[in-house]
Amino acid sequence: MVGGYKRSTKVILSILLILGGIFAGFPVLWMFVSSLKPNNRIFSWPPRFFEMTMSLDSYFKVLTDPVKIRYFLNSYFVSASVVILTLILGVMAAYAFSRFDFPLKNLINTMIVSVQAIPPIVLLIPYMSLIVFFKLFNTYFALLLTYLVITLPYCILMMTGYFNTLSMELDEAVMIDGGSRWTALWKILVPISIPGLVSVGMYTFMQAWNEYLFALVLTQTTEMRTVPVGINLLMGQHAYDWGQMMAMSVIGSIPVLILFILFQKYFIAGMSSGGVKG
Amino acid sequence: MDNVYKKIKAAIKNKATPYLFLSPTVILMLVLLVLPIIMVIYYSFLNNAVVVKEPHLVGLSNYKSIFSDKEFWGAIKNTVFFVTVSVAAHIAIGMGFALLLNSNYFKRGTKTIARVIYVLPWVFTASVIAILWKLMLQPSGIIDYLLSFVQLATKDTEWLSNRKISLAVITFVNIWCGYPFYMISILAGLQGISQDLYESSALDGATAFKRFLYITVPQLKPILLSIMMLDFVWTIQSFSVIWMLTGGGPVNSTQTLSIYIYKLAFHSSKYAKASTAAVFALVVCIIISIFYVKQQKKVRE
Repeated sequence: MVGGYKRSTKVILSILLILGGIFAGFPVLWMFVSSLKPNNRIFSWPPRFFEMTMSLDSYFKVLTDPVKIRYFLNSYFVSASVVILTLILGVMAAYAFSRFDFPLKNLINTMIVSVQAIPPIVLLIPYMSLIVFFKLFNTYFALLLTYLVITLPYCILMMTGYFNTLSMELDEAVMIDGGSRWTALWKILVPISIPGLVSVGMYTFMQAWNEYLFALVLTQTTEMRTVPVGINLLMGQHAYDWGQMMAMSVIGSIPVLILFILFQKYFIAGMSSGGVKG
Repeated sequence: MDNVYKKIKAAIKNKATPYLFLSPTVILMLVLLVLPIIMVIYYSFLNNAVVVKEPHLVGLSNYKSIFSDKEFWGAIKNTVFFVTVSVAAHIAIGMGFALLLNSNYFKRGTKTIARVIYVLPWVFTASVIAILWKLMLQPSGIIDYLLSFVQLATKDTEWLSNRKISLAVITFVNIWCGYPFYMISILAGLQGISQDLYESSALDGATAFKRFLYITVPQLKPILLSIMMLDFVWTIQSFSVIWMLTGGGPVNSTQTLSIYIYKLAFHSSKYAKASTAAVFALVVCIIISIFYVKQQKKVRE
């Protein structure tokens, strides 16, 4: 009796598990399949999963188009620079929060934490005039600086937590030897915090790689566009080349997907610690 | 004397050290966070900003014009629908998937694979999500085909250009890409609930549903409240997916607050009016965040 009840529960749960998998995974699979189809077969009715003429043509077209290559290079450059800058500035700030008590600590902390509550669109209007004032419109710097505002809080929060788990004796040992706080941070604390830095760096990369709104408004010419804007520009063209759009989406998602699969433990730990969003 | 001087110098240096470490971050935040917020509030009292050389103060007239703008209230209505339905569905789906992944009925390997698939929608960037759903929702696309079996669609059903359903459709897409955050957070929460609680209730003969209602939900309440409030703030802010799927159309039927602000500023160059609406959005988000911070403090205590 109990066995039968258990078995039917398992069957129901298995069906739910599969349905959930279809809900989450099918759109992704369909994107991939469509990227392999010739453009005139994408909306064949009835739709077919496999076509006779599947090929990597669309990928080839995307990867030989200098404009699209430029989007990828821009995205790699911007994201990598944001990661490096975020880690350097974030580690310094986290060190101050972890090792010192000072009068403005709470105020500065509130300012950093409050970033998440501010809608990006609110910042974007004044950014227009600030970026023009500093003559940074349509430059990499416009993206680097504004992305730092988004990426730094998570880095500071996570690294402060990480440093808090490391003993103060480490710093003191360096200072007894005549070293400075600066040396203690970069020579001792940073090297033993590599796992934390890797996970924060991955997350930062993902945030920068996926950003769309600032990139849309703060850059203007084709040679400054990043992948998310580039994908969307394909959508704006008159003759939709769905195969190419899907191929570019797949290629554009690969860096984050690889990072995600390799470091999913870190991503998930970061997500469940709350207050994070790509 | 020299010694005293040195001591003072050392004391100053010691006091200044944390600020030196923080200075790049603080300068950046002052220039690109605090200053812009002050600017946007200031802009909301001007006749126009950014594009005019000599703007002048106009008092509250932007606020009056926003609050008497039908389009603004339409955007608020759409945002309320978009946000409440998204958040409710995120919780339901996130909870359902988390419970599935936490159940004892499946093997470890199965659960790991399922978890990776379930988290997938969260990995993709907004433009990929938009383009992917645009493909699926096209007339004679795969969604039309699948729903034609249950008589919910025909070969040429338009999902994104029908103003009666477009808001529901973009909300659905937002649900699809937003639930993994809940699922992961709830899963972490579930794994933190002591098994003893369930075991003792099983002895009392409680059904699975009762255990869920009287043990799981109360235990998860702090996590649920926290992620709900974060999600509220994020969803109010969401822009990219809606913008790329419908651009706020057709006939403003999917125009949310963010889209309304964006169009005012970057399409009509009405920066002052856009700033006014932005200040409104800012205030709403700050109020929710204050609740969030209070909730977080409660959790810690």
